[in-house]
Amino acid sequence: MKITTLLASAAVALGLATSAFADGHEKTKVGFVYVGPVGDGGWTYEHNKGRLAVEEAFGDAVETVFVENVAEGPDSERVMTQMALDGADLIFTTSFGYMDPTINIAKKFPKVKFEHATGYKRAENVSTYSARFYEGRAIQGHIAGSMTKSNIIGYIGSFPIPEVIRGINSAYIHAKKVNPDVQFKIVWAYTWFDPAKEADAAKVLIEQGADVVLQHTDSTAPQAAAQEAGNVITFGQASDMGQYAPLPRVSSIIDDWAPYYIARTKAVMDGTWESVDTWDGIGAGMVGIGEISDAVPADVKAEALAMKDAIASGEYHPFTGPLKKQDGSDWLADGEVADDGTLAGMSFYVEGIEGDIPN
Amino acid sequence: MIALEKRPEPSRAFSYLTPVLAVIATFFFGGLLFAALGKDPVTSILTIFWEPLFGEFSFYYRPQLLIKGAPLVLIAIGLSLGFKAGIWNIGAEGQYIMGALFGAGAGLAFYPSENVLIFPFMVLAGAFGGWLWAMIPAFLKVKFGTNEILVSLMLVYVAEQFLASMSLGLLKNPEGFGFPGSRNLQQYASAHNAEIIAGSGMHWGVVAALIAVIFAYVLLARHRLGFAVRVTGEAPRAARFAGVNPNRLILFCLGTSGLLAGLAGLFEVSGPAGQVSIDFNVGYGFTAIIVAFLGRLHPIGIVLAGLLMALTYIGGDIAQSQLGLPAAAIQVFQGMLLFFLLALDMFTNYRLRFGRSEAA
Repeated sequence: MKITTLLASAAVALGLATSAFADGHEKTKVGFVYVGPVGDGGWTYEHNKGRLAVEEAFGDAVETVFVENVAEGPDSERVMTQMALDGADLIFTTSFGYMDPTINIAKKFPKVKFEHATGYKRAENVSTYSARFYEGRAIQGHIAGSMTKSNIIGYIGSFPIPEVIRGINSAYIHAKKVNPDVQFKIVWAYTWFDPAKEADAAKVLIEQGADVVLQHTDSTAPQAAAQEAGNVITFGQASDMGQYAPLPRVSSIIDDWAPYYIARTKAVMDGTWESVDTWDGIGAGMVGIGEISDAVPADVKAEALAMKDAIASGEYHPFTGPLKKQDGSDWLADGEVADDGTLAGMSFYVEGIEGDIPN
Repeated sequence: MIALEKRPEPSRAFSYLTPVLAVIATFFFGGLLFAALGKDPVTSILTIFWEPLFGEFSFYYRPQLLIKGAPLVLIAIGLSLGFKAGIWNIGAEGQYIMGALFGAGAGLAFYPSENVLIFPFMVLAGAFGGWLWAMIPAFLKVKFGTNEILVSLMLVYVAEQFLASMSLGLLKNPEGFGFPGSRNLQQYASAHNAEIIAGSGMHWGVVAALIAVIFAYVLLARHRLGFAVRVTGEAPRAARFAGVNPNRLILFCLGTSGLLAGLAGLFEVSGPAGQVSIDFNVGYGFTAIIVAFLGRLHPIGIVLAGLLMALTYIGGDIAQSQLGLPAAAIQVFQGMLLFFLLALDMFTNYRLRFGRSEAA
């Protein structure tokens, strides 16, 4: 009997908690769940910059809260529930691994809006959003292919998931276009953020002759390793990493979540929020290209900027045929553009990349 | 002059008092830390310790204590047996992972057929996985005299590689669009370790933890094997004379702790976590070492310590979001608790003497 009373009171309290949102408290409360520390200098750092931008944009009209270092799984469910109970109107969950937890908790709080980064499961009160980082990879590939002297480009992969494979393919296609002799060496670090492992991976690639190192991991360790080795160029990842400019860092891909976070918060305030699937790139400003340093020859820089403009305007798509898969089978016919479905689940290399995708 | 003097007998009073004193010291110095960060110390500590237990939403947080505490207690109980006997299994994290992999694999092999026997089979498989992983250091120690601390710890990293490989390969969800991670067992009724009473936090892992506590209590208090464990830790030579076979004890202690860690992994993967993923393990196996010592290697103490650790995690997250305390400050706070416990623990075996020290 005790447990039933407890549950009854729980149900009442949950009801109260959810109905409290309807009567419109004056401040809109926005919660952020982070997988890393806000000072990681990469992924979480940029999401937190987005949060600060929301505070700046709306001032006293919003209150933001965040919890950092939240493990995926039951811990993240608890943190989301806690934010919802504390009256959050909108919650951003910023890691792929929060996908099922976000869906679970969204079911329990139908009046709270959720936004899950990089996932593919949506619900009436769950949107998803991600950035077309592969657009930035195309520009990196162009610069890398133009500048390499050894014709060996090193690539530090995090995990062999579609997001990362898309980036490798995009960079390779555009490097190959300007330099048919180019060769990619790929090392899998199996981490998003581990400075020691990333530095080791960079050193291995440099020892194997790579004079360009691309990274899909979030720390600046590969930049430091390249600087130490000398005559190696790199690109900032997730964040600008401008402290390593003009060399080794010659440009960067920057995740800029601020415009999206501001727009979605505004939508909640106006009552116009709807569940959507957003996949924005350079055009919408979600993917930024960090300043191309003077170490890049002027003509290459001009071409790279022209490509950026063409991608931004929608005039050019980085995956435009003719393209073949690694096994030689046809993928895209001449002039054909890859559809988002194939890109979202990409699990194959394009023709010319050596090695297998581990699984 | 102040000197430390060894007590002729460990002080019973102090062994009960130190956890309480450690908590008080942590409140004080933790409060100073929070004040230095510009937060009200009383509010901060109340948020961490009061809010989850008696706050407005405690109906939600109390069950969460069970969910967070159960794997810690289950693993710590197993470890405490070995620690009492001087057998150091540091690799529970790896055994936890292997239990989850074996258990989840056993369940997913039957997908999508439904049968009530699937979950019990997964429990057996999970226990076996953990036991098997712990048997490696046990066997090497018995056969070649290797150091079980190193071997069990190193095997954690091997297990993590298995976990990554399974998430990306064999156990990957075929309907997951190429993303890593297995099917979600919460959506597979026969394999789901659901709450026994909805909203209570009571899942089978909590039940298993309670059974393990009772089992360990009876074993240590009443059984010959428990006597062997205790006497080996306190006086290894005496244990030999008493006819204790050290090799069998090693196999028993490592095997049991591996088995319980494997069970913890299985109950977690099939319940609260739901799926095998690259980041499935969140450090329960290592935190359980702390829980075992915080609980004085005593079954009841471990239950209390496990709940206390769970409380600091849950309250810590609340403090982060409500008060804007950084995660690192919460970790320092947790660290303080253990530091003061170990520091004050000295007074169980030593006492302070004021005045001139006597000539030795």
